[in-house]
Amino acid sequence: MTQGFLSKNPSVLIFLSALALFTLVITFLSNAYGAELISTSMVKTLGKTLCLCLIAIAMDLVWGYMGILSLGHFAFFGLGGYMVGMWLMYARTRDIVLQSNAGLPLTPQELSDAIASQIFGVVGTSELPAIWAFAGSLPAQLALVLLVPGLLALVFGWLAFRSRVTGVYLSILTQAMTLALALYLFQNDSGLRGNNGLSGLQNIPGLAWAGQDRLSVWFLWASALALGLCYLAAAFTVSGKFGSVMRAIRDDEARVRFLGYPVEGYKLFVFTLTALIAAIAGALYYPQAGIINPAEIAPIASIYLAVWVAIGGRGRLWGAVFGAAFVSLVSTWFTGGRAPDLNLGFYTVKWVDWWQVLLGLSFVMVTLFAPKGLSGLVDLLDGLRPPQRRGAPLGPNEGALQEREAQE
Amino acid sequence: MSGLLEVSGISVTFDGFRAINNLSFSIGAAELRAVIGPNGAGKTTFMDIVTGKTRPDEGRVLWGERSIDLLKLDEAHIAREGIGRKFQRPTVFEDQTVAENLMMALKANRSPWRVLFWKPASADHARVEELAAQVGLGEALTRKSGELSHGQKQWLEIGMLLAQEPRLLLVDEPAAGMTLAEREQTTSLLVDLAKTHAVVVVEHDMDFVRRLNCKVTVLHEGAVLAEGSLDHVTANQQVIEVYLGR
Amino acid sequence: MRRLFLALAASLALAIPAPAQEAPDLSPAVAEAPISGLAAVIAENAKAIAKPSRKTIGPVIGAISAAGPGAPAFLEAWADKRLGQRKSDKAIFLVDRQGDNYRLVDPITGADAGEAPRKQISEIKPNAGVRGLIAAALIKFQLSDPDISKRQDALVALARDGGPQHIAPLAASIAAEPDAEIKAQKERMLALLTIRFGENATDRVAAIESFGADLGLDFRASLNPLVATTRRAFDGAPTGNVATELRPGKDGFTAEEAYDLLVAENRAPARLDRADLRAALEAHIEKGAVAGIPLAELDVPARRDEAYDALEAAGLVPAAATDAEVAQTVAAHRYAEIYAEPDAAVTTAAAAALKSVSLKVNAMQGADLALDALSLASIYFLAAIGLAVTFGVMRVINMAHGEFITMGAYTGYVVQLYIADYTLSILVALPLAFAVTFAAGVAMERLVIRHLVRRPLETLLATFGISIALQQLFKNIFGTQARPLTAPEWLDGAWVLNDVVSISYIRIAIFVLALVFLGLFLFVMSRTRLGLEVRAVTQNPSMAASMGINPDKINMLTFGLGSGIAGIAGVAIGLFAKVTSELGADYIVQSFMTVVVGGVGNIWGTLAGASLVGGLQKGIEALNPSNTLAAQTYMILFIIIFIQFRPRGIIALKGRAAGD
Repeated sequence: MTQGFLSKNPSVLIFLSALALFTLVITFLSNAYGAELISTSMVKTLGKTLCLCLIAIAMDLVWGYMGILSLGHFAFFGLGGYMVGMWLMYARTRDIVLQSNAGLPLTPQELSDAIASQIFGVVGTSELPAIWAFAGSLPAQLALVLLVPGLLALVFGWLAFRSRVTGVYLSILTQAMTLALALYLFQNDSGLRGNNGLSGLQNIPGLAWAGQDRLSVWFLWASALALGLCYLAAAFTVSGKFGSVMRAIRDDEARVRFLGYPVEGYKLFVFTLTALIAAIAGALYYPQAGIINPAEIAPIASIYLAVWVAIGGRGRLWGAVFGAAFVSLVSTWFTGGRAPDLNLGFYTVKWVDWWQVLLGLSFVMVTLFAPKGLSGLVDLLDGLRPPQRRGAPLGPNEGALQEREAQE
Repeated sequence: MSGLLEVSGISVTFDGFRAINNLSFSIGAAELRAVIGPNGAGKTTFMDIVTGKTRPDEGRVLWGERSIDLLKLDEAHIAREGIGRKFQRPTVFEDQTVAENLMMALKANRSPWRVLFWKPASADHARVEELAAQVGLGEALTRKSGELSHGQKQWLEIGMLLAQEPRLLLVDEPAAGMTLAEREQTTSLLVDLAKTHAVVVVEHDMDFVRRLNCKVTVLHEGAVLAEGSLDHVTANQQVIEVYLGR
Repeated sequence: MRRLFLALAASLALAIPAPAQEAPDLSPAVAEAPISGLAAVIAENAKAIAKPSRKTIGPVIGAISAAGPGAPAFLEAWADKRLGQRKSDKAIFLVDRQGDNYRLVDPITGADAGEAPRKQISEIKPNAGVRGLIAAALIKFQLSDPDISKRQDALVALARDGGPQHIAPLAASIAAEPDAEIKAQKERMLALLTIRFGENATDRVAAIESFGADLGLDFRASLNPLVATTRRAFDGAPTGNVATELRPGKDGFTAEEAYDLLVAENRAPARLDRADLRAALEAHIEKGAVAGIPLAELDVPARRDEAYDALEAAGLVPAAATDAEVAQTVAAHRYAEIYAEPDAAVTTAAAAALKSVSLKVNAMQGADLALDALSLASIYFLAAIGLAVTFGVMRVINMAHGEFITMGAYTGYVVQLYIADYTLSILVALPLAFAVTFAAGVAMERLVIRHLVRRPLETLLATFGISIALQQLFKNIFGTQARPLTAPEWLDGAWVLNDVVSISYIRIAIFVLALVFLGLFLFVMSRTRLGLEVRAVTQNPSMAASMGINPDKINMLTFGLGSGIAGIAGVAIGLFAKVTSELGADYIVQSFMTVVVGGVGNIWGTLAGASLVGGLQKGIEALNPSNTLAAQTYMILFIIIFIQFRPRGIIALKGRAAGD
């Protein structure tokens, strides 16, 4: 089955090869396994970028293909990060407590108290909240990476879709959801250290011997693997009849109902599926970032996600990946202070200050003049101008992506 | 006789305007019926109620041998029960090819999980090709349906309706925008279908209705004004008044 | 001449008895003895006055204050450290240091007593405790001082640290009090003092009851110490003024607490806690084992107990109370909450008064909350009304609305840079903010939104792009720190109804502003041509267009209007919030909520939405005042649930106008 699927969608194969090539090149340029031409922090940035590409795929599925402009997917991303972060922090603190213990060996109660006071001293408590009950177990916490965001998406989606909230109303509702979650996590008694968030996540318990140089490459591999697999799954989802139904719901959901498809069920399915992808992306992202705090979940993050996908080109998977990689890397470059100042004679443009302005305006430009995003420009080059219709973008024309992808 | 669809005493009000007023309607399992009436008579609202788009304020809509209460089901469920609808304006999915449109409409399990792993068998491809040929789109299978002419979209929509294999077909103004030859083709298709299906045709065009040669229901102000053969209803004084008097 | 003679006589009178006072008798009997004349009293107690001690000086102060005219002035000078003692004859003078010499003045007559070199005089510096006693004695005089401000000061001093000794002078001063207001204050103070220090229970209960359900903080402050309780353990039946008897294991009083209480009262030995156990065991580690139990096995509580028991048996550690002993000890005692105030009648009356006061306080707090909610609702209303207008007419969500609010606030700030008078500057800023944001809104509509007709999601994103660009632009121009936007002085302060209910004038002003806008909006919509056309375009754009209305123009004006109102809201919000580039963003989500909850296309919907969102937020905050973040979380959750039941808001358009 997969063979037939791949042969019918050559773009997927091209994307996967490009991704593999990219991973190999980075590996052989890294400090740990090669020429030491790329710094470890750069490897981490690239690994994080792959995770952002992954959540961009989720966003493209739910928005580009299904027409639900979710402004809340970073809530799932963040929750995934929190779930894995809980284990990382707990296990590492446990190691530290056990090492520093002298005299009598600790009883389970003493151990848990010591860990709790280490982790929660900063918010003024020394009791382990109930939600940390499974934090000591990696498999349990990894299961929670999927369960918690999945359940949230399921419940929220069920409520929202059942009452047939659509369009901008739904967008605002998703924004409200992520804001509510962020505000909740900002509280000190939320059980997740309030605005301190979880930190020290880059130290993987049990793998201290490997060092950050090697760990960064391993996480790059893991992120690339997850991106590849999810890309494959997403391409499979949108290629067949399911993809047809998704796009049909985007364009005219009432008509899809009269064909007998349970539209709410499909929306819920895709919403939850993409929440899971986002959660996986988050779980891989934050060990590379090292720290997670509630600000990461703020509504603005999810809106930026929409910006990436819109600039890259929604309705085609590689467009979303390209958009996320391009915009987030360029953002890092501009805001990191590495971009040279622009001297206009009467005024010197410092990009740290002006990048946001540029991003906002270029986003407006893209919305106005290239509604299909940068990847849509490929269609222009190929003379594949689609008929102008109703503002709804066409489905992906994946035959046209090859040169562009190779350049990436 | 127990009909396939039994509508009894439904009424619906929009902001004080009674769109449907105590309407009752019944159709058998293999029957062709034309519904006519002036603008605002409630023809489209009637279809909306049967397909679940609009909820009536009162009345009952019963379906099939087991007398399922359609008012308790949502649109998708009603469609799966076997009620297909063709809209007045052709509404096909313009960004997708003719084949994709037909494949989506093809009768199959509609649940997300099953659809995700559904693979068209050769029989399905054959069925799609057959349907496309039937509606004159055999050559256009790989074209985006947005590129089709208005008449071709009408045909595609009829093809999608057939692909659903419904037991009851609600057809809203099928002849609009069609050439004379196409109209004749449509007529024969509908008459043919009615041998095994229940077909309700809403139409303005009296010539078209005459050619269908079936029982006619005249709606006026949300209620049934007259019912019978076309000759019978056109002889009805009230019908003449409604159509010509004002 | 005559004066000089008198002064001489007086100083003689002071000086002569001084040597005889080598051993002053400070017993009250002597102090209360009928000694005539202040000078005699001072002379008698010169040594005590010079080196006063808090414990013993009371009778002296009493004697001085009873000694007739001149006493208050002397006491004041004493407390102000203006007195000094001549070492040679122990005579006391008002001293004023001038270079190396002291200028001496007779403390009673004010007559000049010449100069003395520095060495001969020791300054008298009573400590704070003594000064307090002197001040308390002075109050009596101040209460009937002819100077009204002195009397007011005395009342303030009484409120701070009145005592039983003030009851009589206070009561005495009331009858002759000329000022009605101060008289009322004195009576209130007398009642408060009686409650706390009254001699008999009848008076005190009467005083308590005279207040009824008074809301004053001072009344509650007087009652609270009366009903304060301490937890005590007793061998037999509880004694003293028992508030409630406690039974271990019931009413939130656990057996652990009971035992802790016994430990605190030294009635039982402390229990061995885990940390002590650990420390005790660690002190007896021998060859990797404690009492023969290997260390590795001591990570289980049961094994640790065994080890401790073994050590205890060997006499190496003190015996620790076992669970059974603890239970037995706890059962052997009785426990009660005991009032500090011994008189049961007073505590009962105080408790009853507090109860009725707290009922009334609750009601008043409810009123205060309603005022708060109202003011928050009017802020949300102001912030959301522009959003609702553009969304209602054009189905466009303007994500940059928050930045328009910010723009309005910054306009106010800039105006204040040029116009120093705050009242005038606000009056200029309001229309100017409207003009600036109106222009910005029109520009945005013409340049961006017009080209995205019928693509609401794209419009939302494009306006978001503008929002992030504007926000950064504000940061670049005005910096990240907060800029001042100062309200005129007449808006400072608050309207205080009583000790519970108050509302600041700024909030009242915003409420009025919201009302004005509601009225203005209703007028424009129902009485003007523009309003008619806007309503026509809202309900059916294509029909309106065919009737000769230019929808583009209407859209442009509507968008400008909505943005302009945002600008005015910005000025209003800036008056009480910090003006930063994120000012608008803080209100934008609540504004969205207001629009979504209220429903589209109807100003009353926006009003209802604002009231619901504001009321809800304040209501939830009141339930959990320490945590405003949680309040917002729960409010948003509520709104998500609310949308389930009314997907189109509280006031929804019906029929075809509502679309699909």
